[in-house]
Amino acid sequence: MARLNANSLGVAQEIIARYPVPRSALIPLLHLAQEQDGYVTEDAMAHIAELVGVTPAEVMGTCSFYEMLKREPVGEYMVNICNGISCHLLGSSDLIHHAEATLGVRPGGTTDDGKITLEAVECIAACIEAPCLQVNYRYRNRVTADDFDQLVSELRGDTAKVAPHGQLARVRQHIGDDRRAGVSPPGGQGEPAWMARNPSDNGGSAS
Amino acid sequence: MSENETVVNITVNGQPVEATPGEWVIAAAERAGVYIPHFCYHPRMNSVGMCRMCIVDIDAGRGPALQPSCMVAVSEGMVVDTTSEQTRKAQDGVLEFLLLNHPLDCPVCDKGGECPLQDQTMAYGPGESRFVEEKRHFEKPIPVNDLVYLDRERCILCDRCTRFADEVAGDPLITFQDRGDQTQVNTFPDLPFSSYFSGNTVQICPVGALTAVPYRFKARPWDLTEVESTYPNPMGDRVVVQASRDQVLRYQGVDSDAVNWGWLTDKDRFAFEATASELRLHTPLVRGTPLGRIDPGGSELVETSWSQALSLAADAIKAALADKGPQSVAVLGGARLTNEDQYAWARLAKGVIGTDHVDAQLDDGLPAEGVLGLPRATINRACTPGGTVILLAPDPKEEQGTLYLRLRHAIVNDGVQLIELTPRATGLSHLAAFRLHHRPGEAAAVAAALMGGDIEAGPDGDIGGTPVSAVAAAAAAIADRADQPLTVVLGRPSLAEPADFTMDAVAELVRFANLLSAGGRPGIAFLPALHRGNVLGALDMGLAPGLLPGRISLADGGPALAEAWGSVPSNPGTDARGILQAAANGQIEVLILLGADPLGDFPHRELADEALNRVGTIVASDLFLNPSTVRAHIVFPAAGFAERRGTHTNLEGRITGQHQIVTPPGTARADWAIATELARQLGADFGFGAPEDVWDEITRVAPSHRNLSMEAIDTSEDGVVAADSSIAFTPPDHATPVPHVDAYSLRLVAARRMYDRGTLLQHAPSLAGLAPTAVLAVNPYDFDRVGVEPGADVQVISNAGEMDMPVVADPGVPRGTAAFGYNYPDLDVRDLVDPDAMVTDLRIQTR
Repeated sequence: MARLNANSLGVAQEIIARYPVPRSALIPLLHLAQEQDGYVTEDAMAHIAELVGVTPAEVMGTCSFYEMLKREPVGEYMVNICNGISCHLLGSSDLIHHAEATLGVRPGGTTDDGKITLEAVECIAACIEAPCLQVNYRYRNRVTADDFDQLVSELRGDTAKVAPHGQLARVRQHIGDDRRAGVSPPGGQGEPAWMARNPSDNGGSAS
Repeated sequence: MSENETVVNITVNGQPVEATPGEWVIAAAERAGVYIPHFCYHPRMNSVGMCRMCIVDIDAGRGPALQPSCMVAVSEGMVVDTTSEQTRKAQDGVLEFLLLNHPLDCPVCDKGGECPLQDQTMAYGPGESRFVEEKRHFEKPIPVNDLVYLDRERCILCDRCTRFADEVAGDPLITFQDRGDQTQVNTFPDLPFSSYFSGNTVQICPVGALTAVPYRFKARPWDLTEVESTYPNPMGDRVVVQASRDQVLRYQGVDSDAVNWGWLTDKDRFAFEATASELRLHTPLVRGTPLGRIDPGGSELVETSWSQALSLAADAIKAALADKGPQSVAVLGGARLTNEDQYAWARLAKGVIGTDHVDAQLDDGLPAEGVLGLPRATINRACTPGGTVILLAPDPKEEQGTLYLRLRHAIVNDGVQLIELTPRATGLSHLAAFRLHHRPGEAAAVAAALMGGDIEAGPDGDIGGTPVSAVAAAAAAIADRADQPLTVVLGRPSLAEPADFTMDAVAELVRFANLLSAGGRPGIAFLPALHRGNVLGALDMGLAPGLLPGRISLADGGPALAEAWGSVPSNPGTDARGILQAAANGQIEVLILLGADPLGDFPHRELADEALNRVGTIVASDLFLNPSTVRAHIVFPAAGFAERRGTHTNLEGRITGQHQIVTPPGTARADWAIATELARQLGADFGFGAPEDVWDEITRVAPSHRNLSMEAIDTSEDGVVAADSSIAFTPPDHATPVPHVDAYSLRLVAARRMYDRGTLLQHAPSLAGLAPTAVLAVNPYDFDRVGVEPGADVQVISNAGEMDMPVVADPGVPRGTAAFGYNYPDLDVRDLVDPDAMVTDLRIQTR
């Protein structure tokens, strides 16, 4: 659990190949590192720096800017309870207290079994469904204390059908070899080489 | 406005101002004498508009509006008001915001008294804060490297240091981290801001967030006296020397358009510590007994008076002259002195003693006639937008720090194309248009192909180890830009091979000079990036065999100078190698060392050792005792930088002034005075009472320095460039052949590193520990071939010797080559270099 493993490295190289400039792949690679370890380790940042040709400090600068990129270990499931104004009016503070009591941790803390990290967050843009929360950024709407207990038992039993923290999607998009090479740098002349090879990508008009 | 308009008329506070297109409002106002307060704006870096302090009323035709003057370019008819009520209120508000989290620790802050935040709060600020909440807290201060401390509580997040690290130095090892009210500047954990230029961030920090270890808590700005001077490095960086109570405490870079743009390397910035070292020589020393009695055969150096030391030295010289003639006296060194010092010693050696055995370089530079015979470039010429620079020199990042910064800026911002003609990668490689990394010693073949020769592959299917296609592409790129200046940065790329190889390459470049300058084209010019402070001044002042002051040969300038001096040497002398050879053969009776350490610096250490053993009397003038001067018979304590007045010549031939601000330790004297006194003892009156007198004489007798008055040098902003030379470049008769390398060996490249075992560095406590430990760098693909693992401790064997060291992988070292530092403190590469061989091949085996 440190640098990118062989599997991640293969994906990383595929991601880097999508961009004309390697450093453009920085944020996707940070997500990849988070998917591998559940959070972004310092070793992974140093590894990413090597891969995209920047210094580790620059990777740290980018990584630390984004709240969703965690630099400390978190639980398998991040439970973010909204404490925005709509949710607050509809009782999210009570829900947070309930969560604290149920899980035995304060917001920001992780349960001893490493399953759940509780966070109280600002508006997550689902006011119509208040009070709401996210489990690894998947929404649960109009959550009651009972709903929460139900959720916790599902999470503990791994029956909630939520991917572990860090995994953004169940299916990873792969770009075929024939579409990868020959990306034109910004300001370059003409259309990218892969487009010429695959006229159907270009609105179907074979040129 | 038309495209080619060169003047934009704007109004600043009612006063008409002519600005240049694209100029920022803040810069145009500043030129017109209207200061707009700012923190983040820096004229040598890109604007970012971070601090908002420079917002002023700008009316570009749609009525006045508050805009950041560092982000708005001038436009025709623009009206700027920096004093309006609206502006004043905005400045007041911005300052209140900036001070929200800024601690009120000014009384214990090093920046207090010279702090832009403090000054501007006094001038434009609200006077009191409405912020009653808790300020943010960080651990304070934290070291970001060995030289710089960071106090994040004081930081106002102006992005100057981080921009400098990224844009100017190219070492983005400090960045903004976290965000919002938690934003902070920091390094990656356990990865320090290891830049050679980190001290500049301290200088440009507009608050006390960054402080330098050597200056922390040493002085208050109001206790400092200061004088503008020239740092004695080959770039001639302009500095302000600040001192308090007769002690130099700080150097600050001065923004000189022509030279260093305000930047300094850490090595130079913090070297002031050595000036105040307790180990400085303060009294003349002569040989004596352990009890302090003077005894020429004594085992100790004992303190004595100037008159005693001078007369002993004069007696030794007189005896040598009577016994064996002027050829038995030789002078080595002098490259770190001022022009005046150098001239006085040159006149003593060549005009009074009558020896031409004089050399300021210790066989670690390039031949003097070669350097003086080439058309000289300026740094600004090398950095001309769209121009071409050929690097035929050691890594400028390691040896000429501020030249590296200037070249880097020119490549990144002004489209200068860099062609590396080096035996290994340098600090500029990732920016170079073409990296023609050749096998050690084979630069000439590549240069010939590059400059219009036949691009034909050698026996190995390449040109000197460089792919044919790369050379052809680079040659085409040079031809493409023939309308723009071509500048060669010239130095000694490797000390494991003789200078002949470099001069062969120069000959190839010069061969096409006429072609390049045909039809009014700017042609080719050279920037000699040699090692040691004022080495170019030394060559100009005649501290080289066969040369006289004023860039003229002994043969051409002799008759004229004989009138002024009385006499000139009748026989041509030899260079450092010849001198030490003659000394080892017992032909040198008196050897004068001017700040020179042949044992430490001369590539052939055994020869230097034997020479020092055989010489009858060694006379040294130095700041410190070094391995060579401890063996001297007479040692004069010399005044160093900031302790004497004088002039300095940089690699362009630019002459700038040096000024005194502290007194030399003890009875130490300036070298020109020592030479003058010694001449008097030998019966010659130079008539020098002050360095100005020496300079006067230089302008009278040195052809290249005629009419360059000291007043002109002191008053003109960027000094005066001496451009003329009476010496013509003579290409070597024949190219030096390069032996073939066998399949099991690696050919050695040995170049200097920034931090080394140099005397000045080792006497500066903050810098002494920065020298890296010795490693042998090898291309990652060569490990299989030589059969060792990266990181392993190996035994390295050459014809001359063997030593143990770790071997590391470095993709910047071409295959078949091994790179080693010339001057590591722990291992001496000279133990591996066979001084009589053309190249050194190494074998590596596991122990």
